Amino acid sequence: MATTALDHAPAHHAEKTGLWSWITTVDHKRIGILYGATAFAFFLIGGIEALLIRIQLAQPDQKFVSPETYNQLFTMHGTTMIFLAVMPLSAMFFNYLIPLMIGARDVAFPRLNAMSYWVFLFGGLVLNSSWLFHSAPDSGWFGYANLTEKQYSPGANVDFWIVGLQILGIASLAAAVNFFVTIVQLRAKGMRLMRMPIFVWMSFITQVLLLLAFPVITVALVMLLMDRQFGTHFFIPAGGGDPILWQHLFWVFGHPEVYILILPAFGVVSEVLPVFSRKPLFGYAAMVFSGCFIAFLGFGVWSHHMFATGMGPFADTFFSLVTMLIAVPTGVKIFNWIGTIWGGQLHFKTPMLFALAFVAMFIIGGLSGVMHASPPADLQQTDTYFVVAHFHYVMFGGSIFALTAGAYYWYPKMFGKMLDEGLGKLHFWLMLIGFNVTFFPMHFVGLNGMPRRVYTYPAELNFGFWNLIETFGAFTLGLSFLVFIVNVYKTWRSDAKAPADPWNGATLEWAIPSPPPEFNFAELPVVVGRDPLWELKRQRGGMLPEPPFHSGQGIHMPSPSYWPIVTALGIAVFFCGFLVGFPYVNIAGVLLTFLGIYSWAFEPA
Amino acid sequence: MEIETATGLDTRKVAIWTFIGSECLFFATLISTYLVYRGRSLVGPFPHEEWTSPTGQHFEPILEIKLVTIGTALLLFSSLFVVLALYGAQKGKRGMMLGWLGATIMCGIFFISMQVYEFTHFVHEGLKLSTNLFGASFFTLTGFHGTHVTIGVIWLTTVFILALRGKLPPEKALNLELAALYWHFVDVVWIVIFPVVYLMK
Repeated sequence: MATTALDHAPAHHAEKTGLWSWITTVDHKRIGILYGATAFAFFLIGGIEALLIRIQLAQPDQKFVSPETYNQLFTMHGTTMIFLAVMPLSAMFFNYLIPLMIGARDVAFPRLNAMSYWVFLFGGLVLNSSWLFHSAPDSGWFGYANLTEKQYSPGANVDFWIVGLQILGIASLAAAVNFFVTIVQLRAKGMRLMRMPIFVWMSFITQVLLLLAFPVITVALVMLLMDRQFGTHFFIPAGGGDPILWQHLFWVFGHPEVYILILPAFGVVSEVLPVFSRKPLFGYAAMVFSGCFIAFLGFGVWSHHMFATGMGPFADTFFSLVTMLIAVPTGVKIFNWIGTIWGGQLHFKTPMLFALAFVAMFIIGGLSGVMHASPPADLQQTDTYFVVAHFHYVMFGGSIFALTAGAYYWYPKMFGKMLDEGLGKLHFWLMLIGFNVTFFPMHFVGLNGMPRRVYTYPAELNFGFWNLIETFGAFTLGLSFLVFIVNVYKTWRSDAKAPADPWNGATLEWAIPSPPPEFNFAELPVVVGRDPLWELKRQRGGMLPEPPFHSGQGIHMPSPSYWPIVTALGIAVFFCGFLVGFPYVNIAGVLLTFLGIYSWAFEPA
Repeated sequence: MEIETATGLDTRKVAIWTFIGSECLFFATLISTYLVYRGRSLVGPFPHEEWTSPTGQHFEPILEIKLVTIGTALLLFSSLFVVLALYGAQKGKRGMMLGWLGATIMCGIFFISMQVYEFTHFVHEGLKLSTNLFGASFFTLTGFHGTHVTIGVIWLTTVFILALRGKLPPEKALNLELAALYWHFVDVVWIVIFPVVYLMK
């Protein structure tokens, strides 16, 4: 009966469409889609930058790009992938899934959420607009002092980097407050902390890391900006300043940042593996606490990025030991993922393949990580391609594989259509092979001494063979994402609708239609245990019927507003004042921000 | 507005506390930088020591501890005043609310004025942002704190105007409490900054 009712009813009630409705939207699902689309576009830009790097390095002594352009390419590749691709792709899942998984109708502050997105978009645009002025940042994503000082970087390159990152930092902080409060406050009845889906737990820990790590880089960037524009000497030895302080401040932020990039990926995989193994997650509590422990230790290991600065035996020992200690909770997680699939009824759908590959690739990245936790080994490996191999195994083999698993897994929920399995599997195999062909040989050339961040290498060093192989691998990787785009396009054109629960899911988002109506839940759910949907299916003896159509009448949702985008514009204009060196622009930005905030605060919700 | 929350707490209040948690790291970084660079300035003027420049110019210790102590006292009292104002708002005692809130704002304005005077005085004395590490870390740390005080004053003034227009009945006292929480935080930060910068020699 439910099925026939669905045949006649529209998938969801008439929502407003058109550009203006997207600009003023405060719906967490639409904002999630905006995050995803924007981040994927930036991911492609970052990927093209990577391919240009690989072309340049394919053969020794090439002059495909100039050394200056090469510096800009690797700096923007790193900055883009971290701040404009992986973080916002995670933010897409935070936005779309957290309210659905905890049984809420939206986030705690829907307008603040919209503002976060717009600030992020403006930050990404400002950062990338540097290409138009031939001034793309060129001092590495870590921006080591005193290379970034006016004396060594007289152009606007570093200013673009500072201003872009400051704008993006505001977006991250506003979003982190929002999601933290959402998870604390808006859980459905019975959704106790230890019943939350692991993805929500890992997201929660990520928000804490964001809240505590981003203020540090904000202050460091302010000091760098003042060095460059107001004549201070924070990181200039000639004035008594200490460039090493920059490294400390950067990595106090930068190391938690890598957990900000990987913890959401852990969460995604911990949702996908149980569903396709038809088994509850093995060791739920151990998963939660190991996540907390990783985050806690993550604030005590920053100096393992700085062994080469010569900190002395005490600091080296401390940071080395704490770094090795992180392998313990990480190992617990890997053990639990294997325990989850062990003896399960495995369904090798595309999301599952990506999740399994994540576990394998992440183990490789983790092992090389433990290797350079040891200072003597690290001194050999630092600044070589070995390190490049390591962090691509955790960031690409880890984060991107997991986020791709999530994309295939939740795509039907977000868009109401299934991605094609055949193309999905093609995407998977191309990506897995391309990834390993690109990055595995980097271990060898790295240990043989090939330095990173250098635009070419002489033929006599015999790095040419592996570098050519790596370049082939990189293009295979690029091809795999073309397959993904074709898959999305094909799905877009097809009329086949996805059911509400295509994967036999365990979490609340699969109980509502695909895509969900604006108000998410016609009736707010009551949760009695972990895996609430599996519990319900057990009680009812099988799959649930399609959820009935609900018009949404009588459910109060926050009204759309354009003040978030105005406020975001004000913030962006304020920071851009430092780029143009014209204080009136800063003042205009502040005034616009205040206009936005006041109009927003006094507009009826 | 009246959504039942998982903790029973008001969502905006949890948000302010979360934001304050984040701000702690912001000021911790500024204060750490100040401490790291303490006593490492290559040239004067210095905060607590006299200095004679190579050209023979003599500089007294530059900090005006007495003036800043008065400012500190007023800022601390303003925390008490805003508690009294909040009490007035919650009990519907309009006079009490407006009076103490006004006093809080006046304290804040005095503190900012004191800081503006202090900064101009330093510049006249020859200490600028770019003079030495002390100048850079001092102006950055206290400048950011002053910016926070300014935002607090603007926020409290907004609430004051709302209250004047009768838009702050007891059931909306939370609007004042949120601003007050932020104000207390700004005070607490100063309790750390004051001894670190002005008293520790």
